[in-house]
Amino acid sequence: MSRDGQGRGHWFDDEAGPVVRPYAMTRGRTTSAAQHRLDLIAVVIAESQADDSETDQTLSPEHVDIVGLCRDAPQSVAELAAELDLPIGVIRVLIGDLVDGELVHVSRPVPPAELVDESILRDVITGLRAL
Amino acid sequence: MIFGRTERGKPPVEPVTLKILVAGGFGVGKTTLVGAVSEIRPLRTEELLTEAGRPVDDTSGVEGKHTTTVAMDFGRITLRDDLVLYLFGTPGQERFWFMWDELSEGSLGAVVLADTRRLEDCFAALDYFERRSIPFVVGVNCFEGADRYPVDAVRQALDLDEDVPLMLCDARDRASVKEILIEVVQHAMEYGAKRRQSVTS
Repeated sequence: MSRDGQGRGHWFDDEAGPVVRPYAMTRGRTTSAAQHRLDLIAVVIAESQADDSETDQTLSPEHVDIVGLCRDAPQSVAELAAELDLPIGVIRVLIGDLVDGELVHVSRPVPPAELVDESILRDVITGLRAL
Repeated sequence: MIFGRTERGKPPVEPVTLKILVAGGFGVGKTTLVGAVSEIRPLRTEELLTEAGRPVDDTSGVEGKHTTTVAMDFGRITLRDDLVLYLFGTPGQERFWFMWDELSEGSLGAVVLADTRRLEDCFAALDYFERRSIPFVVGVNCFEGADRYPVDAVRQALDLDEDVPLMLCDARDRASVKEILIEVVQHAMEYGAKRRQSVTS
């Protein structure tokens, strides 16, 4: 739903907010069964069999959008939420559905215990210096 | 575009992702800092509070600021095909603090931005990171029109532990922000090393 599309020729305008309540897209669910607390920087990757997701009648347009974006390039949860203009909570539920359906998988971010791994930190410093 | 876009069929590079938080009081320049180094325009949700938040948000002393950050702003720096750093601006007002725990989990470290005109605004952030043992660096954002103070005076006013780095910075300046981020990572390394020592000794 684009902002431009809402504005013109309708009795409501942008200030009315989204016309569809966000959690309507998840059919009211605020968590999903498969949901392993997805971190904002967890990366969502499309499975190779996800190529015909456009024709899958069980998927909502938002599901299809997520798979589409992830097929172009792996996307973080935060980026998907931003790109599709959906609350993080909604995105998490939708990603949970897709993980269930084996259309995407999620790579977890580095767990905190490994953060002290110096070689990664050194790589980050080198990368920042090179910017 | 971003992480090594690949041909269809070939498995894409699955990058390692890391995050650094940017905290501090309302209007201190968190989003500006993120925007100074991010390769994407930071996601902004702050328009929403422009008018509606005015009676609630105290902008005295920072009259130049007309919007506030409701959710979070984030930016991205692709360091390598397989290594991506995200910067998250934490919500500025205390009523959004429920998001902090989620944001700080698994983070590499944090930058606490301070404004010498409203130093007390960053106290809450300092407390938060100290209590959770998250390594952080204090960046004193040098606003035009704000008085400059010696680093030691600011350090004293903030009652910082000796080992917490404090530096003057310009949140608009890419080089300055780069320096701060490098300092955060270096500090996180030392912090991790110290922790390991205290565990084994």
